[in-house]
Amino acid sequence: MEKKAKNFGYTVTRDRQIDFDANNHDICKIVAKAEPTLNLCISCGSCAATCSAGQFTDFSLRQVILLLRRGETKDLDKEVSKCMLCGKCQLVCPRNVSTRNLIIQISRALCDNRMPGLQIVNGK
Amino acid sequence: MEKHVVVIGAGPAGLETSASLAKLGFHVTVVEKEEVTGGHLKKWHALFPNLLSGKDALESITKGLDSTIKIQTATRVTGLEAVNDYFTISGHNGWQEKADAVVLTTGFQLFDSHRKEEYGYGIYENVITSADLEELFASEKEFLNRHGNKPERIGFVHCVGSRDEKVNNLHCSKVCCITAVKQAIEVKQLLPDAEVFCFYMDLRMFGRHYEELYKEAQEKYNIQFIRGRLSESTEDKEGNIVVKVEDTLLGKPLRIKVGLLVLMAGMEPAAGTKALTNMLGLKNVSDGFIQPLDEVLRTNNTEIPGVFVAGTCTGPKSVSDTLADARSAALAVADYLKS
Repeated sequence: MEKKAKNFGYTVTRDRQIDFDANNHDICKIVAKAEPTLNLCISCGSCAATCSAGQFTDFSLRQVILLLRRGETKDLDKEVSKCMLCGKCQLVCPRNVSTRNLIIQISRALCDNRMPGLQIVNGK
Repeated sequence: MEKHVVVIGAGPAGLETSASLAKLGFHVTVVEKEEVTGGHLKKWHALFPNLLSGKDALESITKGLDSTIKIQTATRVTGLEAVNDYFTISGHNGWQEKADAVVLTTGFQLFDSHRKEEYGYGIYENVITSADLEELFASEKEFLNRHGNKPERIGFVHCVGSRDEKVNNLHCSKVCCITAVKQAIEVKQLLPDAEVFCFYMDLRMFGRHYEELYKEAQEKYNIQFIRGRLSESTEDKEGNIVVKVEDTLLGKPLRIKVGLLVLMAGMEPAAGTKALTNMLGLKNVSDGFIQPLDEVLRTNNTEIPGVFVAGTCTGPKSVSDTLADARSAALAVADYLKS
């Protein structure tokens, strides 16, 4: 069936819309419980502006937090793996979000075994 | 002879101006088109940022009125004219007064949310306004949506009728951002399990303790703020409201279902304001609010000597700003009458 469909010569474009009701919000709840300062983010972008990883990749903690809040967690593990955990973002955050631990908790909640490096950080 | 001042409008601005003028030794008449004084405040359940009850606030303001003040209710002013060094003011019911000075405290009217048809007010039952929500709070009934259900999700739409040239309102109504935060918290206090979302363009937390209240909304109540102006809302077959908005910080369109949608209706100049400025020949500026003599230095004076302004007839204000403005107007009147 799959092959036949491909032979028609067209594809279905998935819409870009965030379907909030269809998304999974469990990851966000787990992370918010582990690191409650998640809720304090005001999306100012200071973290992304100072981010060393952001100078060379499209990594943005501001975006990661928003994607998490909207339940758009499909590709989030790839995103957070770009972080080098340098902690500069924590120095600039005006709302004192514990950004470094936030990244760690997101990774943990998403899938521990995809980021073995973080397991060491967490002393596992 | 004791100088006589007529104050037009008996909302918080008119009442506070009258009380202050009486304390300064003037004879005061306050005229009100409604049967009861208090303006919009009498319908408001609680005020930001300290959740002071609207009832208590109004009681406190009214307590300041002394017995020498004449209160003329149920009278719509239909004539206002400068004659030599005094004014004649007359009402639709034949009421008439002479005054040495006039204070316009005609206030605001709420934006009619029906005009933003795409948001569904008056079309879908579960789309209500911020004023409707205050009435619901004040009723102290169980918090249910219009279908008798406890809403699991509630949305607040900022800037309805404000910052929108499509409805000819370029101005920011100033108080709606913090009102939305206040109301979102009140909803969470009544329905702790509900999820609350605010859809905003900018959050203007300009007053003292407003930013703190916003932070509390995030930290303590997990209220979510989504930056983007609603394009439209529709109703699904269960009577939920489906909201479409761009999450502008992610650059993606977003769709979300809510059980109750609250429109933060903005402030517009009251219909009576325009009528009075026309009678006096005062210049109306494009936004319809009265233009004071100088927006920095002479905020309670107008271009006509003896005609003063206070409260939201010169632009959106909080209750605390309105009261301060009213007291300041009384001093401007005293300055004029004693010179």
